[in-house]
Amino acid sequence: MVDVPFDTVAGVPPAEVGEVELYHPRSWWTRYVFSQDAKVIAIQYSITAMSIGMVALVLSWLMRLQLGFPGTFSFIDPNQYLQFITMHGMIMVIYLLTALFLGGFGNYLIPLMVGARDMVFPYVNMLSYWIYLLAVVVLASTFFVPGGPTGAGWTLYPPQAILSGTPGQDWGIVLMLASLILFIIGFTMGGLNYVVTVLQARTRGMTLMRLPLTVWGIFTATVMALLAFPALFVASVMLLLDRLLGTSFFMPTLVEMGTLTKYGGGSPILFQHLFWFFGHPEVYIVALPAFGIISDLISVHARKNIFGYRMMVWAIVGIGALSFVVWAHHMYVSGMHPYFGFFFATTTLIIAIPTAIKVYNWVLTLWRGDIHLTIPMLFALAFIVTFVNGGLTGLFLGNVVVDVPLSDTMFVVAHFHMVMGIAPIMAVFGGIYHWYPKVTGRMLNEALGRFHFWVSFLGAYAIFFPMHYLGLLGMPRRYHDIGETAFVPASAHDLNAFMSVAALIVGFAQLVFLFNLIWSLFKGREAGGNPWGAASLEWQTPETPPGHGNWGKELPIVYRWAYDYSVPGAAGDFVPQNEPPAGVLAQGAHP
Amino acid sequence: MVDLREERTSSLPPAKIGLGVFLAVVGSLFALFISAYSMRMNMVDWRTLPVPALLWFNTGVLVMSSIALQWAQMAARRNDMDVALVGLLAGGVSAFMFLAGQLLAWQQLNAAGYFLASNPANSFFYLITAVHGLHLMGGLVGLGRTTAKVLRSAEASQIRLSVELCTIYWHFLLLVWLVLLGLLTGWTDNFVDICSQLLS
Repeated sequence: MVDVPFDTVAGVPPAEVGEVELYHPRSWWTRYVFSQDAKVIAIQYSITAMSIGMVALVLSWLMRLQLGFPGTFSFIDPNQYLQFITMHGMIMVIYLLTALFLGGFGNYLIPLMVGARDMVFPYVNMLSYWIYLLAVVVLASTFFVPGGPTGAGWTLYPPQAILSGTPGQDWGIVLMLASLILFIIGFTMGGLNYVVTVLQARTRGMTLMRLPLTVWGIFTATVMALLAFPALFVASVMLLLDRLLGTSFFMPTLVEMGTLTKYGGGSPILFQHLFWFFGHPEVYIVALPAFGIISDLISVHARKNIFGYRMMVWAIVGIGALSFVVWAHHMYVSGMHPYFGFFFATTTLIIAIPTAIKVYNWVLTLWRGDIHLTIPMLFALAFIVTFVNGGLTGLFLGNVVVDVPLSDTMFVVAHFHMVMGIAPIMAVFGGIYHWYPKVTGRMLNEALGRFHFWVSFLGAYAIFFPMHYLGLLGMPRRYHDIGETAFVPASAHDLNAFMSVAALIVGFAQLVFLFNLIWSLFKGREAGGNPWGAASLEWQTPETPPGHGNWGKELPIVYRWAYDYSVPGAAGDFVPQNEPPAGVLAQGAHP
Repeated sequence: MVDLREERTSSLPPAKIGLGVFLAVVGSLFALFISAYSMRMNMVDWRTLPVPALLWFNTGVLVMSSIALQWAQMAARRNDMDVALVGLLAGGVSAFMFLAGQLLAWQQLNAAGYFLASNPANSFFYLITAVHGLHLMGGLVGLGRTTAKVLRSAEASQIRLSVELCTIYWHFLLLVWLVLLGLLTGWTDNFVDICSQLLS
């Protein structure tokens, strides 16, 4: 990227602080609890998301115990199994990944990376977190209400979602829908902040095409979420009315337990359209921030500029746009006009093009780079491999004729766990190991980190690789107990037991990770301001952890993109975004 | 080569961009309600409910409300805060009248036996008008805060911005209402048919 010519920079006066505009906390409560500082809100979001995520992790253990050793655990009955599936899916997709990427990483990194003092609407940002917390509390409360949480599956398809026979029909489904509505309101508040901050609060010199790709990923994902979440909102409101007021938006005429219900004339397919119009972009709402984070991680830890920056940006935007016209590939088995199926299969396969561009660019960034196998780099490499794996099975499932027989098997479970379970969580871990020193001023413990990586990475493959095979055998998903089935050989049951043991071990590794997070906070090695030698703006703050207002008296001025690593002729092996060109030249002069 | 002096981000105030983004979200919300409505109305058992004549009166009131706010905005621009205040109050009162009128229309429908749950068309009618009304109520909170700013003679530039934001929001909700009205009265049926022909 071209440096700003020296003479044009000379005329730019440094930006003075808008001191009056900045919100100042006056007490302990407003500093740490009802804080309007994006950095504190980010930590609040992350802790809440990880806490509820631990609940979902335990649920996955219980499911694996049942699948691996059917009949052994009498306390898991079929209803509970369905409840575990539902809550595990909903928590992981929405309350953990979406909240952590956008509310956690977004809040922490956007202001720092674009050179702003804070989000543009700090008060709304604070409200966003508290509404999110309320949504999580409402969701968690369903474990304790009569009838327990809903067992409708995370897709909540009507009519079964609100009929008797589905567990949680009394309270569970109502609170689940209420919680989703709250989450969407809270997210919209946060999302407005992320978008407007990126558009309006960039420091001088920070053009859109100089933004780190992490910001591009989070920004595009937020725009998508702002447009896609209304679909879930509409679907939730209408389903709630069907359940509470007896309307028939989604409920056809049907007989329940031998009696005709009061419903009539609704369309269940309508719900599926609304749900997946949200649901598919949701995959990329989780994937795009991961793409951005991975791009930054491999560039920093391979000491090389990102290959094809502009292409990367357009690929992110292109994937975001395309993801709105593929939703019905989740509905092939619901039945549709063949031309519809053809259209959606085509658009689905087209997404492979921008995605492949990204993968090639990551690989080309690594090529002949000075690869440091740090923990963030290990997670980044794991992400690329896993995302490619999950993406390839996505090509299978995107085709109608292949999807129809595989749709209700474990193959689909394996596919989406690879592509939007393991891959994004690898990006989350990589991001946490990378930015933890900035957040706390201390490094995470290296040995524990390596243990965490290898167990999680190899363990995840031990769980989900064989699962593809089970799916191809025809092993159905969602079943509490397969029982004696002619097409499932005994060896498949052994495989199931193996996967369950692997799942328990991987879960244990996450506990080690949590321990590391807390232990390193007090005992970790002092990190200094820029331990990785990174060029982007968040590593150039005057204090670490960044103080209130992020920057000292003056906002930084940005002279270049975020990827000047190993620049020929420059003194160091990286040039910070805010280093004036004169300084670079002077340093570069000595041999 | 980039000249930093021209590298300023847009001069629009963040609140205005924020409102723009919010309107995109609200627009997408209503677009989804509308597409759900259009999908459902194509099924054979659809019985459109008779739209109360009162809705036309309400529409007129909402138009008046928008005009009053536009008037307030023009007054605020020339720093004529007294006229702006009158405009804001007129806009607020007529918006309240619109909401009352909508409630009355609900009552009329209910009295005529068109209950919320008796037919999908009814459910959609109540739901869509309720969502629009709720958005207007949210706007009234903003309008109230703007009026308070004028009353305590806040800084002129602040008042101008607040009044402008309210006006944009009001025009947007008016536009949404006109589209909804077209949909609910069946004016746009032909258009919806054409769209669904294209899709199937």
